[in-house]
Amino acid sequence: MPASDSPALAACLDHVGVRFGAVTALANLTLDIQAGGFYTIIGLSGCGKSTLLRVVSDLIEPGDGQVSIFGNPPPSARLAREFAFVFQDATLLPWRTALENVELPLQVGQKAGVSLNKSDLSPRALLEMVGLAGREDALPHELSGGMRQRVAIARALVCQPKLLLMDEPFGALDEMTRDHLNIQLLRLWQETGVTILFVTHSIPEAVFLAQKVILLKSNPGRLKEIVDIDLPHPREIKLRDTTKFNHYTSYLRTALESC
Amino acid sequence: MATRITSTLIDDTALKTLHRREIRQQRLRVILTPVLAVAGLLLIWELCVYGFSIPSYIAPAPSAVAATIVDQFPLLLANFWPTFYESVLGFILGNLAAIVIAIIFVHSKFSQEAFFPLAVFINTIPILAIAPILVLIFGAGYTAKIVIAALICFFPTLVNMVRGLQAVNPQTIELARVLSASTWEILWKIRLPYSLPFLFAALKIASTTCVIGAIVGEWVGADVGLGALIIDSTFNFRAALLYATIFVSSGLSVFLFATVSIAQKIVIHWED
Repeated sequence: MPASDSPALAACLDHVGVRFGAVTALANLTLDIQAGGFYTIIGLSGCGKSTLLRVVSDLIEPGDGQVSIFGNPPPSARLAREFAFVFQDATLLPWRTALENVELPLQVGQKAGVSLNKSDLSPRALLEMVGLAGREDALPHELSGGMRQRVAIARALVCQPKLLLMDEPFGALDEMTRDHLNIQLLRLWQETGVTILFVTHSIPEAVFLAQKVILLKSNPGRLKEIVDIDLPHPREIKLRDTTKFNHYTSYLRTALESC
Repeated sequence: MATRITSTLIDDTALKTLHRREIRQQRLRVILTPVLAVAGLLLIWELCVYGFSIPSYIAPAPSAVAATIVDQFPLLLANFWPTFYESVLGFILGNLAAIVIAIIFVHSKFSQEAFFPLAVFINTIPILAIAPILVLIFGAGYTAKIVIAALICFFPTLVNMVRGLQAVNPQTIELARVLSASTWEILWKIRLPYSLPFLFAALKIASTTCVIGAIVGEWVGADVGLGALIIDSTFNFRAALLYATIFVSSGLSVFLFATVSIAQKIVIHWED
């Protein structure tokens, strides 16, 4: 049995290449994402970080190579709701309340043949899980940026995905809110066992969250290195003051500069 | 120390009351100032008409116009209803057509490229030039006026609606694709609600222009309606009746504009 069919792999990219006209966004990228892992992706701008997530989520069809999600091609993984996407913008519909926004994935896609694997947790319970109990009926403009992003995370979890794709979800938030949400996200990852692919351009965030940091090179985007982060769980903000943490960040900073 | 804190608290509440009073006064001023200005202008007008003995068939005094509105109320009302129906039906038809065509344009690049220039061209023809053509085609009945009113509403709504349907954040469209939403679901659940603020901006313009369209249509050929009454009273030197008719016409526009504004507040409840 080829490795790509192994159910232990959440995502498998095999010599993937993506071109936009004359620009090569990704070249010859081979990558295995273990199920249940927390991966952060980091690299200079234009290294294809976002393109990588979009190839996995069937938003972009790769020109070369093969992608499989839990052994299936991306379109069937999409219809089975095996993955969910959290964008930098919370992308909440402004006329829907927090609760109605979380319910959106349950209300679309049936005509295209989506099979709903509803979460054991109700939309209401998911909002509680991300710390928004009591704000179910708030409209997006009544919530802060961090709260809106938490609604987006609850919405992503409503179909119980096995793979969570996050494209700089906390990039537009202030540092305090970002720290707080990092802790919450780690707790959520441990509670649900979901696989997370998390794009960021903050080196400390990448180290703090990850089991493995995927380092991409630019022009064209390709894999430079995968760095194992051997830091204990559960993690607390204090971890950032330790020598080991700083060792990882300075290593990654040097590696990024040589890209 | 304690007394200072208490005195600060008192100052604070006193300040708040003062502030509230200021806001109330300001609001009153915003309403009262234009009302007094208009009243003043009407008074000057009234005095000029009497002071310079201006004949009433050239410029009637405001009091004479007011008296005409009361005296000729049945006549004004009989001519109000046809214009009202033409304006409202034209408003509905013109905007519906614009919304449907905007939806087609947004989903078919080809149709937009093919027909948008035509829409722009039709919009550049003055409505006064099109009106006789439409009266020739549809006859002197209501149809021609409704079509003219619809035509004048059409273009601003088309342009705004196309912009509104495309105003969705690209990441929201990506979200919809990750959720395997169909084109119809994206239109119904995302694009249309997003376009509503744009649509209402256009509907506010259309609510006043549709009355202009109906009146222009009546000028070209009609024996009922406010437009017909304007022409009739002008040729018969009934200046007070002419002014009264103009007053009623603008009242109709204000009424439609207010209706659209109230509908906007109710429908777009998610904006502050």
